[in-house]
Amino acid sequence: MTRKILVSSLAAVVVGALATPALAQSARDSINVVGSSTVYPFTTTVAEQFGRGGKFKTPKVESTGTGGGIKLFCNGVGPQFPDVANASRRIKAAELASCAKNGVKDVVEVKVGYDGIVVAQSKAGVALALSRKDVFLALAKNVPDPANPSSLIPNPYTTWKDVNKSLPAVKIEVLGPPPTSGTRDSFVELYMEAGCRAYAWLDALRTQDEPRFKRACGTVREDGGYVEAGENDNLIVQKLTANKDAVGIFGYSFLEENLDKLKGALVDGVSPTYESVSSGKYPASRPLFIYVKKQHVGVIPGIAEFLAEYTSEKALGEEGYLADKGLVPPLKSEIGKIRDDAKNLKPLKL
Amino acid sequence: MNSTNKPRKTPQETQAIVERSLSRRYWAERRFRLYGLAAVTAGMLFLVYLFFVIFSNGMGAFRQTQVRLPVYFDPAIIAPEGQRDIESLRAADYPALIRAALKAKFPEVEGRAATRELTRLISGSASFDLQQMVVGDPGIIGTTEEIWLLGSDAVDLMAKGRVERDVPEDQRPLSDTQMGYFDKLESEGALALKFNANFLTGGDSREPEKAGIWGAVVGSFYTLVLTLLLSFPIGVATAVYLEEFAVRNRWTDLIEVNINNLAAVPSIVFGLLGLAVFIGFFGLPRSAPLVGALVLTLLTLPTIIIASRAALKAVPPSIREAALGMGASKIQTVAHHVLPLAMPGMLTGTIIGMARALGESAPLLMIGMVAFIVDIPQGFTDAATALPVQVFLWSDSPERGFMEKTSGAIIVLLAFLVVMNTAAVILRKRFERRW
Repeated sequence: MTRKILVSSLAAVVVGALATPALAQSARDSINVVGSSTVYPFTTTVAEQFGRGGKFKTPKVESTGTGGGIKLFCNGVGPQFPDVANASRRIKAAELASCAKNGVKDVVEVKVGYDGIVVAQSKAGVALALSRKDVFLALAKNVPDPANPSSLIPNPYTTWKDVNKSLPAVKIEVLGPPPTSGTRDSFVELYMEAGCRAYAWLDALRTQDEPRFKRACGTVREDGGYVEAGENDNLIVQKLTANKDAVGIFGYSFLEENLDKLKGALVDGVSPTYESVSSGKYPASRPLFIYVKKQHVGVIPGIAEFLAEYTSEKALGEEGYLADKGLVPPLKSEIGKIRDDAKNLKPLKL
Repeated sequence: MNSTNKPRKTPQETQAIVERSLSRRYWAERRFRLYGLAAVTAGMLFLVYLFFVIFSNGMGAFRQTQVRLPVYFDPAIIAPEGQRDIESLRAADYPALIRAALKAKFPEVEGRAATRELTRLISGSASFDLQQMVVGDPGIIGTTEEIWLLGSDAVDLMAKGRVERDVPEDQRPLSDTQMGYFDKLESEGALALKFNANFLTGGDSREPEKAGIWGAVVGSFYTLVLTLLLSFPIGVATAVYLEEFAVRNRWTDLIEVNINNLAAVPSIVFGLLGLAVFIGFFGLPRSAPLVGALVLTLLTLPTIIIASRAALKAVPPSIREAALGMGASKIQTVAHHVLPLAMPGMLTGTIIGMARALGESAPLLMIGMVAFIVDIPQGFTDAATALPVQVFLWSDSPERGFMEKTSGAIIVLLAFLVVMNTAAVILRKRFERRW
């Protein structure tokens, strides 16, 4: 009996060792998608509908974050590299260049819609009507000195009233995403930098010395006013319901799902609703993209059909299933061009 | 010197001293017991609270709201030209069947917007169930059947009372008109909570009402089987060699320190290693249970080696000496006598290592097993997720319906852990020998 155990365990080791090299990657029959966690809920919905159609296997969708996803996507051409990348911001010129260096020549950009970055709080809290300048002043590490606006001092504000007399005297306590998140990048761009530009000299800095502008405007305070609440937006929602004075920052779809517990703050006088985000009236909305590797079309089965499904009226239309999932679809005036570019696989040029 | 000068105490005096201190000593003992009891109680309270939260949130996942509708499998919708091939049956407009069935139930509803509100009561994936029925048995076309269709997650939330009825309309997932339909269906007995078999047998889905755990269970199974096949023989062989054969010198000391060190390395590090070596260098597929198993093998090996060595050490030297004395060779001593006696301890260590591997999600994050995968994996190189990863993915989804699915998945994971740990206890109880 003992001998049997020994022999069988030895056999298992040998089998394991032999099996490993024999499994080198061969051709793939399902689409691989990587990238942004913000676009993930929408791409997965399309993937599921696409797979249930029955002609192709359901695509695999990984949530790696925009930056990580584009890096994987740009690593090369071949079945071991992903075919599609989700992005909650536009691809950067440097990223496109690294793609080209690795042989990924033609990248097709498809704008799939918009996401609003909302500032939300518990329904029990005192309603906030913020300007983006208020948000910048409340959350930046260094702010312009009220006495001498052309110099920066460490952020002295502890309540919203300190920031702006018309706001309630509630302690500044903001739960938001950590720096690794695409939502954080967008928050910094749409709120912090936009609010910062209310000061003329800082706005001038943007064209003269961009790195300094980014440092001055994009650095978030670390003294407890801003709490990094992790990538999990549901966690922020839970913490907001437990603490009526806290304010949270996340994507519009989470607000829409939790309207019975949360309310969105007015930003520059506009409240975050489906209509205001899609029309661009809400100041903090950002476009969402997917990027497709043209060289894989025709090699990996189903990519062209997947794109057709993604841009179809059934998915991306105003009443499509993605709108049900909280995506704010592209404007009617844009959608024709988006559909054509996706169909013709028009390569992106920056 | 002192003792001789002191007057000797009589037994009575000693007795008195002891009696005086006795109550203090009893009290100290009682206090110590109380501390221990308090510690255990506090731990139990946390555990009970945790279980209460998970079960009260998660039991709902095992029941799902379904709506009974008489569905007419209209040949004019499914196969207008009378075709019966699978391809065109698949492509037919099944949502239209559901719309027609709903309209037959609520004939007063008219207009596009109102119809849309009505169809939102039924899950978007219900049409795929009809598709499966028709493709499975085309003979059904032309008949009318009473079918329990999946309700949408909004209906499910209302039926389970997760959202209060009396909140204002724009903050409720169902509008006032939809509540009217809801109440009518409920009063007719056409809306009920039913056992959600799909949660245990289905793959992942973006619709909370359709999402199932089976894909993740199968992924975890493939990963763990391979982990066991790789780590148990390697671990036991290492332990036997180090404990029974190796000479003790600086090299074996170094190896021992390294093994103990590896046991304490954060698991994400093994994930990074797997990403660089197995995927980057050997070119193995991302998201495959094979790579997951290789990474988890590295993770569990130190645990198994340490437990196996402890089990070997616990075998009394007299056994070895007796075997050697009877003329057995070294390998016979180990294989015939020491190893069988140490086996229960080794198995216990292995199962505990496996239980840890089952609960790991951090290293799988790096090798792409955190992904949306609908199809049930068919082998070691198919894309797969694992149970803890499924918990992580669902907890991060915006749809409210996923909250209870998250807890439901935790319950399933806990059940597997309980089974494994119980097996470890039983193995130890049954086969352990004491000397």
